[in-house]
Amino acid sequence: MTIRNRVLLCLMLLGLPAALWLAFLAEAPNRLVSGQGQPLAHYLAGPRYLLLLPLIAWLAAVFARPSPRWQLCIIACSGAWLGGLTWLAGDAARSIAQTASPLARTSLGGAFWLLCLLGWLAAGDATARLPSSWVRRGQRQLWALLPLLPVLCLLASGQLDELSLLKEYHNRREVFTDALVAHLTLVLGALLPTLALGLPLGWSLYHRPLRQGPVLAVLNLVQTLPAIALFGLLIGPLAALAAAWPALGELGIQGVGAAPALIALTLYALLPITRSVLSGLVQVPATAREAATAMGLNGWQLFRQLELPLALPVLLAGLRLTVIQLIGLAMLAALVGAGGLGTLMFQGLASSALDLILLGVLPAAALTLLVDAGFKHWAANLKGALP
Amino acid sequence: MIELSEVSKTFGQQPAVERLSLTVARGEFLVLLGASGSGKSTTLRLCNRLLEPDSGSIHFAGTDLRSFEPHVLRRRMGYAIQSVGLFPHWTVAQNIATVPQLLRWSKARIAARVEELLSLLHLDPATFKDRYPHALSGGQQQRVGVARALAAEPEVLLMDEPFGALDPVTRQALQEEIARIHRVAGTTILMVTHDVDEALRLADRLVLMQQGRVLQQGSPAALLAPPLDTKVAQMLGGRELGLRRLALQTVASRARPELASPGPSIAADANLREALDLMLQQACDHLNVHDAAGQPIGRLYLADLAEAGA
Repeated sequence: MTIRNRVLLCLMLLGLPAALWLAFLAEAPNRLVSGQGQPLAHYLAGPRYLLLLPLIAWLAAVFARPSPRWQLCIIACSGAWLGGLTWLAGDAARSIAQTASPLARTSLGGAFWLLCLLGWLAAGDATARLPSSWVRRGQRQLWALLPLLPVLCLLASGQLDELSLLKEYHNRREVFTDALVAHLTLVLGALLPTLALGLPLGWSLYHRPLRQGPVLAVLNLVQTLPAIALFGLLIGPLAALAAAWPALGELGIQGVGAAPALIALTLYALLPITRSVLSGLVQVPATAREAATAMGLNGWQLFRQLELPLALPVLLAGLRLTVIQLIGLAMLAALVGAGGLGTLMFQGLASSALDLILLGVLPAAALTLLVDAGFKHWAANLKGALP
Repeated sequence: MIELSEVSKTFGQQPAVERLSLTVARGEFLVLLGASGSGKSTTLRLCNRLLEPDSGSIHFAGTDLRSFEPHVLRRRMGYAIQSVGLFPHWTVAQNIATVPQLLRWSKARIAARVEELLSLLHLDPATFKDRYPHALSGGQQQRVGVARALAAEPEVLLMDEPFGALDPVTRQALQEEIARIHRVAGTTILMVTHDVDEALRLADRLVLMQQGRVLQQGSPAALLAPPLDTKVAQMLGGRELGLRRLALQTVASRARPELASPGPSIAADANLREALDLMLQQACDHLNVHDAAGQPIGRLYLADLAEAGA
């Protein structure tokens, strides 16, 4: 027997100690006390051992001659594994809830997260190995998201409601919704001015190469400022503005709140957008540009018919990174009172409630994954994209 | 058609074109020949306002160039360059349709024109229409480039060393193509090249340029005819002056009306250089000459070639 899939074997070996020694679930008398951890084996009995079936399939896949069918099998097993572990956690939490006090909390332990992550990485690796004849360009990311579907179904079915994380959610449903909406508003609110400034800026820098150095230097400088420092730096001037013209304050331009957050986020996002416009335009062949000019395309037609379509793939890649960066940075906006998912995270940090932290962090991570897959899908399906 | 008078253009300290006057007549195939840096490309780019002259004036169809909108002017002039510059994200058909589409031709008219041009340049429309430029050979790309330049039936075709990057066989095929298109469509062509044989083969009128000025101009035969200026001899002749003179004359012009004898035969419209080559290959001192229908019309002697090359 030769080992044909080292990645999968490695993932499985990494999971072994986690499964044996890390806590799968932690049972605590209330939400603030760290609980008593129990390993995975504690919750396995009788037919529940069937949940380990994916492991056997994976083990077989390690030694099997690689083929697209085996990769599909690995992905399917990953779905079963993620769904199985999640179901097990939810089910255990329910049975604990029937006996324990209403204040008792069952939270997900390190083994759960690690095993889920390893299982999902196996799917990610398998998707990357699928031949391109099986996967349409740009759809790999979507394939890698498939194993998360069973988890989402369980989440929607209420099977997981007794888990501490979900209890935090139900206790703060309105706060959570507000935070999510505020977060998305911050990201979009920063993205629109970024595009409005960054696209023309990148375009004009391309046509005036002498200005590239200084302008990019300034944008780089902004990028090196720590985010929290930039938020803080903006509080002073904006508060002074609001004091000098109270009308501005009524419009929401104050030292704290959305204004400094949006300004800071826009400043951060300006560099990647401008850079990607610039590098997108640079790779438009000079000869095609000359021919276009000589054939009588005017400035707008040159942009619309030649520059934009050829620069778009690079531009979209830059846009993808920018949005992901914005989702992350917007977490910090909570510090200047702009709301967002960061509010939950910082509240959790302040009261050392791990599940509350997760309630803020997990949706942001999920947003990032969605944005990443969405943009890659879009970029790959561009009309007239070069093969 | 195009008239340059006393045109100068300087880049930095370096004059590229100096007090140049030149007229391109309607329907003419004019070739600018010169070494690198002689100002021939600059001259071409002045004609469609890719460059603006420092002094002097240029007229197109009797109107001062400055009174045209640059992009309107350029749509009336085809433009083909050595690097072709096809749009990599467009198919062959879309590339050829660039200018007609700017001029808002109807879809049907554009489609018909694309087919017509592909056939004209010996590219099978069904095979090539929907290909992308990266799937074409260099020669095919240049054919598409020429088709694109011709697409909107331009009044003038400007070409800047269009065949410079091609292998000799492809280059000659495309030279024959462009000569045929010039004969058939009667388009005015202004072409820049540093390839002496190409210039001699294609030009109705040849303009020799040196250091931004016109050294001499005239038909290829007239320029090669003795007595030759040393500079002209240097530019045009090199070590092949006699052979190049032969290449400009047809077999028919030197054939004697004699009866055919056994031995090799050559077509009347071949040139004398080809005839000489055939004689050398066959180790003979005369050839039979036949017309297009294959009927013998006379004989060609080696001694006559010696006279023609002098």
